[in-house]
Amino acid sequence: MIGSFHGGVHPPDKKDKSLLNPIRKMNPPDRVIIPLIQHIGAPAAPCVKVGDSVCTGSLIGMPDGFISSAVHASISGTVKRIDMFPHPVLGMAPAVMIESDGKDTLDPSIHEVDVLSYTAEDIIACVKACGIVGLGGAAFPAHVKLSPPETKPIDTIVINGAECEPYLTCDHMTMLFSPLKVLRGAAAVTKAVGATRCIIGIEDNKMDAIELLKSKVRSEGFTNIEVEALHVKYPQGAEKQLIYALTKREVPAGGLPMDIGIVVHNVGTVAAIQDALRYRKPLYERLVTVVGTSLRASYNMSVRIGTSFEDVIAATGGLLSPPKKMIMGGPMMGIAQERFDVPVIKGTSGILLFNKVDFDLGKPGPCIRCGRCVDICPMHLVPSALSIFGEREAYEDADGYNVNDCMECGACTYVCPAKRPIVHIIKKIKHVLRQKK
Amino acid sequence: MKLEVLEVSASPHIRVGDSTSRIMWRVVAALLPALAVSVWLFGMQAMRVVFVSVFVSVLTEFIIRNARKKDMTIGDGSAVITGVLLAFVVPPTTPLWMVAIGAFCAIALCKEVFGGLGMNIFNPALASRAILLAAFPVQMTAWITPDGISCATPLAIIKEGGAAVVPETIDLFVGTIGGSLGETSAIALLIGGLYLIVSKVIKWEMPVVYLGGIALLSLFLGRDPLVAILAGGAMLGGFFMITDMVTTPITRMGGVVFAAGCAIITVVIRQWGGYPEGVCYSILIMNALTPLIDRVCMPRVFGKKKVIAPPVLKAAKSNCATEAGCAGCK
Repeated sequence: MIGSFHGGVHPPDKKDKSLLNPIRKMNPPDRVIIPLIQHIGAPAAPCVKVGDSVCTGSLIGMPDGFISSAVHASISGTVKRIDMFPHPVLGMAPAVMIESDGKDTLDPSIHEVDVLSYTAEDIIACVKACGIVGLGGAAFPAHVKLSPPETKPIDTIVINGAECEPYLTCDHMTMLFSPLKVLRGAAAVTKAVGATRCIIGIEDNKMDAIELLKSKVRSEGFTNIEVEALHVKYPQGAEKQLIYALTKREVPAGGLPMDIGIVVHNVGTVAAIQDALRYRKPLYERLVTVVGTSLRASYNMSVRIGTSFEDVIAATGGLLSPPKKMIMGGPMMGIAQERFDVPVIKGTSGILLFNKVDFDLGKPGPCIRCGRCVDICPMHLVPSALSIFGEREAYEDADGYNVNDCMECGACTYVCPAKRPIVHIIKKIKHVLRQKK
Repeated sequence: MKLEVLEVSASPHIRVGDSTSRIMWRVVAALLPALAVSVWLFGMQAMRVVFVSVFVSVLTEFIIRNARKKDMTIGDGSAVITGVLLAFVVPPTTPLWMVAIGAFCAIALCKEVFGGLGMNIFNPALASRAILLAAFPVQMTAWITPDGISCATPLAIIKEGGAAVVPETIDLFVGTIGGSLGETSAIALLIGGLYLIVSKVIKWEMPVVYLGGIALLSLFLGRDPLVAILAGGAMLGGFFMITDMVTTPITRMGGVVFAAGCAIITVVIRQWGGYPEGVCYSILIMNALTPLIDRVCMPRVFGKKKVIAPPVLKAAKSNCATEAGCAGCK
């Protein structure tokens, strides 16, 4: 039985282009701008000064509070500035600018260690020290998810390999080329929270990855890990829908997966966790899918955090035509960028570059109540009504229609024949309601 | 690297290919088989009625949109649908000036006064037919056979219970009977309706529940179930009227409730009402109940144990036209 959930949409997946080429390792750039806030939670506190020398992997920002994350240098060189810099999500944010010395010297703390002797506490401490955050896009600090309160016992770890956003293939590549890293990382996470079972969910447009992971699970004896195929459907990789598809458990509205004994991590995240445990390697580089009609060639690039989008684009072989739109992330939930000097951050899963023809958004018209958004809403809301409340500024009515249960996946907006910016209006309603409280 | 300015917009950055106007024009296409049959049956008079109805509908919308300085919407096909549907629910012999009044009422009084596409409460074609029936009761019930001989509709024959005989089933199926211009041919409406189901313009549950409901209830009351769905406006209503998106519930569950309600009221009017046919009024009555059905048939939110009907809406003050806020706002 293939796992699924009720609702969802089927945008063309367009994943072939970036899968044609092998992973390309980008040389460390001459300069990086590393934001101190790349995660959900409090910004990291800088622990270097202008003029300090740093190695690749040196700590430059300490986590400030429990829900925060460490930030590390991604090249070796000198700290040039600590200032406000462009940020792909926040517009402007505090960041550390490092200029390369060209040597790419590794921090001495990075070396192979014996993982087998690690206790659960060791694993969590290491994940925290290495600044691991969720690599699926939301960038929630991983150590927080690994430290559930004692009142919430975890029995199952769910590993998200759905990668339901069109175009993106970095998770697929990770599974294909580092299957053991994914499995060992998954096993470590399972151990860290004391779970008995780990399920890896993968959309069945990635049969090669499913087969490979299944065979590795058998041959390497990962007895508590299961690999499950999922329907190709957006948003299959949304946390609550993924959990439902794999376990038939529903995360209560307003609750967290830990409320029903589950913790979810992305495949890229567990691979990074495995690197952190094995080599004490901080999260200073990641796989980024760089794809689009404006590019000469599309690749999955292994990129140092803080590299500007401009440098990444140049490293793929440059542009074929000037792009009209650049998106960080996938086309469904990604964020359109207005400048090329924004840095790659821990949550940058993709850089998409499009000509105008690729994104005809249409002109919004009145809702004709066709009900398609209601049919496909994975949270079973009535998006059309919410969008109308938003236009009329009837925010309290929207609250009564459960607007706060919306996860902003954008499926309603994708499917709307009247081309209404439904999810955008919903985000505004939620913002206004938050302000009122 | 010479770069132009990047466009910024909110996610998602891709959209499905379908659009409002494509949906509307598909409905128009689905009405063509029935239109062809009615021209074959009733000749050029049928063509003239449809032409006047569509022309006046589109013209009315054009004038009103211009006067209100709103986006021009005549290209989206919705006014054309209203025009064709109105022509389909009047007798083929209706004088053209009467058709023109009907088309004007459909667009002006039943659609644009509510704010235009998506805002109207009642199906414009049916509401306008109700207006015409009240204003011109004689002409609106002057039925003819395809040979031009005046006759009663099959449902009227059943209602009167006189000497006249109900036509053969095959005649009901092909449409060689008395009735409104576009409602007589069950087969042509079925072809169009199936196209709408296959192309996912309409929810399949609605015609199934409606026609199935009428058949079952008629059987229960001792009427011929096949005649009940083939004669009169049930096929036209089931595939093209109760499936009008704007005036019917938005959820699938709501659609089923709506269709079931229409079926019950249709049969009740046919059996005990003053009119032989109840399709038009059943749909108008259920149109009025649509907001209530929508409220009751909310889907169960993911992660919540049961369906919670939303509280009664408080209209936002900012939406109120009166300066200080009217009684409804307070």
